[in-house]
Amino acid sequence: MNAVEVKNLSLSYGDIKVLEDLNFSIPENAFVSIVGPNGAGKTTLMKILLGLIKVDLGEVKIFGKHPDEIDPQLIGYVPQIKTMDRNFPALAIELVASGLLRKWPWSVKGVDKENSIKALEMVKAEHLALRPITELSGGELQRVCLARSIVRNPKLVVLDEPATGIDAIGEADLYNLLEKYQQNSKATVLMITHDWHVAHHHSDFVLLLNRKQVSFGHPEEALSEQNLRTAFGHIGHEHKIRIN
Amino acid sequence: MQRALIAGVLVGILASYYGVFVVQRGLGFLGSGLAHAAFGGVALGILLEQEPLLIAVPFTILVAIGITYVKNNTNLAGDTTIGIFFSVSMALGIIFIFMKKQYTSDAFNYLFGSILAVSLTDVIAPALLILISILLSSFWKRWAYSSFDRELAQADRLPVQFDDYILSVLIAVTIVVSIKVVGIVLIAAFLVIPPATSRLINKSFSRMTVYSIVFGVSTAIAGLWISYYLDVPSGATIILLQALLFFVVMIIKKLNY
Repeated sequence: MNAVEVKNLSLSYGDIKVLEDLNFSIPENAFVSIVGPNGAGKTTLMKILLGLIKVDLGEVKIFGKHPDEIDPQLIGYVPQIKTMDRNFPALAIELVASGLLRKWPWSVKGVDKENSIKALEMVKAEHLALRPITELSGGELQRVCLARSIVRNPKLVVLDEPATGIDAIGEADLYNLLEKYQQNSKATVLMITHDWHVAHHHSDFVLLLNRKQVSFGHPEEALSEQNLRTAFGHIGHEHKIRIN
Repeated sequence: MQRALIAGVLVGILASYYGVFVVQRGLGFLGSGLAHAAFGGVALGILLEQEPLLIAVPFTILVAIGITYVKNNTNLAGDTTIGIFFSVSMALGIIFIFMKKQYTSDAFNYLFGSILAVSLTDVIAPALLILISILLSSFWKRWAYSSFDRELAQADRLPVQFDDYILSVLIAVTIVVSIKVVGIVLIAAFLVIPPATSRLINKSFSRMTVYSIVFGVSTAIAGLWISYYLDVPSGATIILLQALLFFVVMIIKKLNY
């Protein structure tokens, strides 16, 4: 069974076509990046997969089921840091436990505490457990959010621009952790990024998007110079140096 | 005085409990808007010569639902929506009071709060609301989750919009049942200051909630005693005491770091 299956998917807001005729299948246990410029519809597509937006046309299946019918416990979601209230009074371990309980914990005890600590250990952030999230750097918070998403042992992890607001070292750390986690857990990882170098380096498959599906496949074919030009309009010489 | 103290403790618990969500979601203006909506309801009650609270409760709930509906279904900012409902309710209240013709001291009791005016209804109503809040205590975890990240809560299939309506209605009723003790003019501060004080010294949302209630209740009791012995308005005394506590905590925290 495929982790994600999308057939003839289109979505419009009034006269504006946000997504047009997408068709792709993501096998289980794959690392997949959705790449495209700003406004390409990446986040909209992700929200459709999470069941947050209903589609006009086409079909979306997650592990063979409609997104509304899927057990949310099977999906770990890492939203962009900017959507969170970073002034919220919370300890890192409470944030992780919220991923387990699917609500905010009054306190974290017993098995929930053990599992939350384990998830933090998996992303090398156990030392942050009792730190308030207001005192975490962008990279530290993103690692805690990753722990929050994997604490429920999901079959699919969805990340929306996970490197936003993180420095270069934190970013490299995060991708390495993610790749390692994906290899060990056999979960499917679906990551949104506008950085095609990152997508090329870490992914098994890439969906290149600019409202329409530009390409889908292994990074070498999906991120060809021609495809990148179609999606981004320009690619710069850096592309050739790093990809070729 | 005893009745006023009981009412003070009860509304102190309610306002500080719901206040943590008001503060954390940046809804301070909602408290103000709903308090002015309550004025419209109270004024209608005075005009109809009915128990004002009985009219103010459904009136304010309707306004709360209206604000939440417009906020969730338009692109308007929350404060714009609140501002519209706030002004309409206040305007209605002014017209209702004007239509009453003869001078009424009742309106002043509601505007500024008066412990002498606290009736048995003013004790029973918050007690009932506390009972309802205890029955709905599981909502704390849902409201807290969507306060932290609305989208995350939606992705986990929490009925975020439904929860917003429940929260708005309960805040609206809290405001109405607190009116006699604190007064319409100062009720927004009563909702905001104890949780804001608690936020200064707490790093987890559950502790913030507990400390907020402790601060809200203790300042309500102390404020009512002071207002009784100095013969000054209860609402203003409580709010000044809460503000004093806020600044003391802030200074102590500053000195400790």
